[in-house]
Amino acid sequence: PVVPSGLLLCCRPAAVKPRAAMQHYRFLLILLPCVCLPRPTLLREQHYQYLKKGLRHLSDSYECLDASRPWLCYWILHSLELLEEPIPAAVASDVCQFLARCQSPTGGFAGGPGQHAHLAPTYAAVNALCIIGTEEAYNVIDREKLLDFLWSVKQPDGSFVMHVGGEVDVRSAYCAASVASLTNILTPKLFEDTPSWILRCQNWEGGLGGVPGLEAHGGYTFCGTAALVILGKEHMLDLKALLRWVVSRQMRFEGGFQGRCNKLVDGCYSFWQAGLLPLLHRAFFKEGESQLSRQRWMFEQQALQEYILLCCQNPAGGLLDKPGKSRDFYHTCYCLSGLSIAQHFGNVDLHHELILGKEENRLAPTHPVYNICPEKVAQALQHFHQLPVPEADQRHGASSWVGPATGFRVQMFNGG
Amino acid sequence: KLFLIVIVDSLVHWADLEPVPQDDGPNPVVKIAYSEKFSDVYDYFRALLKKDERSDRAFALTAEAIELNAANYTVWHYRRVLLQALQKDLREEMRYITDIIEEQPKNYQVWHHRRMVVEWLNDPSEELEFIADILSQDAKNYHAWQHRQWVIQEYKLWDNELEFVEKLLEEDVRNNSVWNQRHFVISHTTGYSSPAILDREVQYCLNQIRKAPHNESAWNYLKGILQDRGMSSHPGLLEQVLELKETHCSPYLLAFLVDCYEDALENNNQKETLNRALEVCEYLAQEKDTIRKEYWLFLQRSLESRFGPSAASGEPLADGTEPPAGQQELS
Repeated sequence: PVVPSGLLLCCRPAAVKPRAAMQHYRFLLILLPCVCLPRPTLLREQHYQYLKKGLRHLSDSYECLDASRPWLCYWILHSLELLEEPIPAAVASDVCQFLARCQSPTGGFAGGPGQHAHLAPTYAAVNALCIIGTEEAYNVIDREKLLDFLWSVKQPDGSFVMHVGGEVDVRSAYCAASVASLTNILTPKLFEDTPSWILRCQNWEGGLGGVPGLEAHGGYTFCGTAALVILGKEHMLDLKALLRWVVSRQMRFEGGFQGRCNKLVDGCYSFWQAGLLPLLHRAFFKEGESQLSRQRWMFEQQALQEYILLCCQNPAGGLLDKPGKSRDFYHTCYCLSGLSIAQHFGNVDLHHELILGKEENRLAPTHPVYNICPEKVAQALQHFHQLPVPEADQRHGASSWVGPATGFRVQMFNGG
Repeated sequence: KLFLIVIVDSLVHWADLEPVPQDDGPNPVVKIAYSEKFSDVYDYFRALLKKDERSDRAFALTAEAIELNAANYTVWHYRRVLLQALQKDLREEMRYITDIIEEQPKNYQVWHHRRMVVEWLNDPSEELEFIADILSQDAKNYHAWQHRQWVIQEYKLWDNELEFVEKLLEEDVRNNSVWNQRHFVISHTTGYSSPAILDREVQYCLNQIRKAPHNESAWNYLKGILQDRGMSSHPGLLEQVLELKETHCSPYLLAFLVDCYEDALENNNQKETLNRALEVCEYLAQEKDTIRKEYWLFLQRSLESRFGPSAASGEPLADGTEPPAGQQELS
């Protein structure tokens, strides 16, 4: 039936059994001081002011993120793009120049100027630059050096360390695959044995742990699954077991998601966990699954929107883990990303929206693999796929590039 | 007085070094309002890093920098370089990292640093007790469990771990991290192949379920250890679960039933089994586990499609889905 999505969800659904609804509302009543529950509102203006300020200035409470400043750029820029707030050209240019200062001379991006390169801020910097999407932004990335950096953190067993001399876990594979695919420096050799390593992270619960043997966890499950999707190997997972695990992570009373079995709900898992459903939907579809819905993801979209809008907003702007916690840019990014996932089903060709509350609550759609807007993904891919894939010299950590038409190799550094 | 001490200290110990301010550029973004102390420490840190100075004052400064931001992995890396270059006492470093982890147990860098020191010393003897202490404060600390699994696997310290698991499960049978550790220990020692072990584990689960019927971890573990062998491979289990359904029902029990039926169907497609499976899916979707309605209905359609009479009729099944033809939309 064609029902305007705003109307469909503006009154408490009669279809939900009274007892379940009551328990749902009982939770919300306990946690909320006010009792005005219907028609939740996204506090756009307040979030916008919080984000606009943070993009320039942060209090000293952010000293703990002094080695994660590209993350701050990404979290804020992505939140703004979800809110469909434009980034002024001057600000965008300033971000480009700052991220250029975070780029390491040996490739990759660091947590701040003068620090060592690390896959996490590398992921964040590339995403932030792709959100900006100008020539200036794309040109910041030194692709040849980036490839050298990825080789420098690659391990013989297929995994990646997060930084030279650093720890291994499945986040690194996702960060590497994300930046390599977006900037067109991905070669099969770079990710040799990576899929089989990631697969070892799927455990008896059906989800993935950070390294083989560990408890299944939403963040790591997202990273492992998204990495495999990028590498075209998602079918190697036990998809049915993974699906059962992730849908079981939605909390029946709160509506939000927990990160691990028998732990508490947290707004950030609105993305890490719920974001798996679009990935799995696509994976099942590719496998020929005929019973997939054409309108809904396999989680309760309305309940997640309710949790985020009713429990995760700070009235002064910004979003958070759960009531009682303080706001931060990480939770702002991932609560909004999760809200977007819950509002939008499908892709460019098939799109079905389910907006809880006013139409003004609508966010821009986000790409479930990269978590930046799909147009920005397409634009970046289009830009970087015009460029030749650098040929990395793994032995010397230097790279050359193969000229487009002539086939002659132009050797930039020594190395044979 | 402290103010004067700090000034004198700078003059005496750092006079030769020109601090290097952070290069944020002319129009900074995400600019943090660092305290004066933070800026000072890091300005000097940058100066040392630039020189690649390998000295005791550099080593001392890394501790200050870490205290101000324990997540600065560049500082940790430098500290490790200094530990080796200056041949520092690694036992003392173990004491240091123990204190830091106790203060900040949810940080990646501190655990990785401890792992490096343990490797250099080739001495895991303090680890299990230390990790147990951290877990006594937060029994689900992911880094702690990761470190514990690494130590046990690397140094083959399996012997007492199942006992540790049992103790923690007695304290909190709902601690999913402990159930995971149980699986980790058994799969790396005895394995689950032997009927004696498998039976012991199944009985253990059922006992825990009787005590706490709504504990999802126990049900997940039960499924987890049986799924590769086939849920129906354990004779009498389905009957035991159906018995439990009367007094200890839960959405998890019902989901387990669906899994049993699905497994049975894979070996022997019977109409009655399929009907029971579809019925439980319906019950879960509409009554007992409505938050997962979309999933249970999908599973229901999937079972019908795989095991039901042929879906060649071409009728739409539910909620806008149709049999295979024309599925190019979701590219």
